[in-house]
Amino acid sequence: MTPAATALRDIYAFDDAPKTPSPAQREAPMLRSVSATGAAAAGDPDGAIWRDGRFQADEWALAGAEDAVGEGPAILPLARFLAEKDALLARNAPLGVLVEPGEAIEELAPHLDRVSLVVLSFPKFADGRSMSKARLLRERYGFSGEVRASGDVLIDQMPLMRRCGFDSFEVASPITRKQLGAGKWPDVPLYMQPMGGSAQPEVPAGTRPWARRRA
Amino acid sequence: MYRYDEFDRDFVDGRVAQFSDQVERRLSGELTEEQFRPLRLMNGVYLQLHAYMLRIAVPYGTLSSKQMRMLGHIARTYDRGYGHFTTRQNLQFNWPALKDVPAILKDLASVEMHALQTSGNCIRNVTADHFAGAAADEVADPRPYAEILRQWSSIHPEFSYLPRKFKLAVTGSPNDRAAIQLHDIGLEVKKNEAGELGFAVYVGGGQGRTPMIAHKVRDFLPEEDMLAYCEAIMRVYNLHGRRDNKYKARIKILVHETGASEITRQIEEEFAEVRKTEQLRLPEEEIARITAYFAPPALETKPERSGAFEAAKADSREFAAFAENNVSAHKRPGYGIVTISLKPIGGIPGDATDVQMEAVADLADRFSQSEIRVSHEQNLVLPHVALDDVPALYAALVEYGLATGNAGLVTDIIACPGLDYCALANARAINIAQDLSNRFGAPERQKEIGELKIKISGCINACGHHHVGHIGLLGVDKRGEEVYQITLGGSGAEDAAVGTLVGPGFSGEEVGGAVETVVDTYLKLRESPEETFLTAVRRLGQKPFKEALYGAA
Repeated sequence: MTPAATALRDIYAFDDAPKTPSPAQREAPMLRSVSATGAAAAGDPDGAIWRDGRFQADEWALAGAEDAVGEGPAILPLARFLAEKDALLARNAPLGVLVEPGEAIEELAPHLDRVSLVVLSFPKFADGRSMSKARLLRERYGFSGEVRASGDVLIDQMPLMRRCGFDSFEVASPITRKQLGAGKWPDVPLYMQPMGGSAQPEVPAGTRPWARRRA
Repeated sequence: MYRYDEFDRDFVDGRVAQFSDQVERRLSGELTEEQFRPLRLMNGVYLQLHAYMLRIAVPYGTLSSKQMRMLGHIARTYDRGYGHFTTRQNLQFNWPALKDVPAILKDLASVEMHALQTSGNCIRNVTADHFAGAAADEVADPRPYAEILRQWSSIHPEFSYLPRKFKLAVTGSPNDRAAIQLHDIGLEVKKNEAGELGFAVYVGGGQGRTPMIAHKVRDFLPEEDMLAYCEAIMRVYNLHGRRDNKYKARIKILVHETGASEITRQIEEEFAEVRKTEQLRLPEEEIARITAYFAPPALETKPERSGAFEAAKADSREFAAFAENNVSAHKRPGYGIVTISLKPIGGIPGDATDVQMEAVADLADRFSQSEIRVSHEQNLVLPHVALDDVPALYAALVEYGLATGNAGLVTDIIACPGLDYCALANARAINIAQDLSNRFGAPERQKEIGELKIKISGCINACGHHHVGHIGLLGVDKRGEEVYQITLGGSGAEDAAVGTLVGPGFSGEEVGGAVETVVDTYLKLRESPEETFLTAVRRLGQKPFKEALYGAA
């Protein structure tokens, strides 16, 4: 590693641990880690879901096209949800819907008041369609339930996802899990876009109407 | 020029730190090459044939002398003493080591530069007219809008994983020097009948293997809606652009397959929704604040005619050619816009050495308010030169091999790096450019031929813009041999058109002679010396050129 790279690594500290910042960190305060919001859910290091700055157990069960729907909180693929929504609503448990990148979020929009969770999938991390859908859910349809990313969820895309409105992440990658567990969050917390549905608190920065910083 | 405030500085520093960490994770194996690829591309790092290539953003082609000096320093310190200016107004270094990239980015950040989004499937560096803020024919300076677009598109969370790359260009003049109709989004700054500023909006232009001229989706978009409208276009594209085939993933294909009127309807519908939130409305004061950075320099008042300039023209044929071809009309009397050709006869188009970069920086300090431009035609520009100073500037340029008086002429050739550098290329392009430059290099011959744009690509990705060359050459691989196809009649300007293939290709040895045949045919058939090559081709059609090249059918 070059000396320059070492120096930059030191600046680039994501650790959330409350320690005295180095002089370099004080000069570059932009690289803070995800903040836990003090949610009630208990942490579970083996849990599948990253939410509120910690891993948590997944309380939801996915019912595929043919599976019987269990008694607890259930996630249905969009097509099945649309076909069976009246029967499903008779159940006394929360409903979630899985929307694939090629499916239209507009079809779900009229029914969002009956849904507690929308899972938007990333079959490949480089497929950005679910980014737009998360924003539409939050900003256009005013959805206030959980918006979850599933599939090829990797740490370098997660800060962008959170700004689009995702507030939970189903993380399978062992490396990403390890990095998140260690407090890593590779964000540049100065932003050039106002995001009406960001899942983190952001405030205007300066006179530019489009600039934001993490609150 | 735009100047960073603390926010901009912290933003770029933060991005350098973020990428440095990603480089380290790649080197340690925590990131696979597949995972690292889009991250490095969005930071300007390509993997080329022989080495990594770093593409540095020159937003809307504007550079200060200080920035140019830093580019010279980087060329000397981390590369082999030269850099290559590109057709999107950027600068490429072809030989940096990956381990040095973070240090290069840090050096760039110290002069308010970066390599952000010069590659990858994101919104790329925004380009603009290289004569912006100086041209006599300008309605308004396009750079404030390009700067706002640059900021808004930087690390855009929704639009960083698009189906494919996305390029924006802005012109402030009806004479389009920014090739806006060949961009994913092209904006032309204009005034409506009430005298208010706004934009004509073009969508879906592009070159590559399926060249298309953009459709105009809006004749007049109010200034304040620029970002909202662009967001609407981007969202329609991000959601509906094809992701099943990377060769069909650009917005031009979506526009083509959906139909121009239907895509316009979708964009307008999305725009109506985005506009409601007012989130992206541009307040007048903010546009004014950014525009103030681009205020015209305080130039001394001069008479229209410069005695020194006229005397030098009368004195030297070389200077007279330089004055005729490389000095363009400035909005202020007694001033000119000087193009510094990076196309020496027999040289490599767009290359500049560290010494040349530093010399241009010094000359910009002496003669052009410390301002430099990069043109998409791979030349440099000093935008504000007093005509009185042009002879002294010319003399200095001669010393550095930068005084070629061929701007806009047949030897002002655009060529991609081709098989000499590029992993995608099928054929060399630079050697063909050199051959043509030598064939047509005599000043009398160039003068006789007049305006003629030759553009050469080493593969169908068309980085050399051959589709819009008045004469375009496309290198293909035919059973292991480099073969060059000739197209005629293309244009990237306001009369944009895709050239037509004239017939079977020629080998590398033959193609120079074939281009000479095309040019000689034009000279023989033109109505007068005022009829340019492009006008003549459009009048005559392909037939006489075909016959000259392949014999009568």
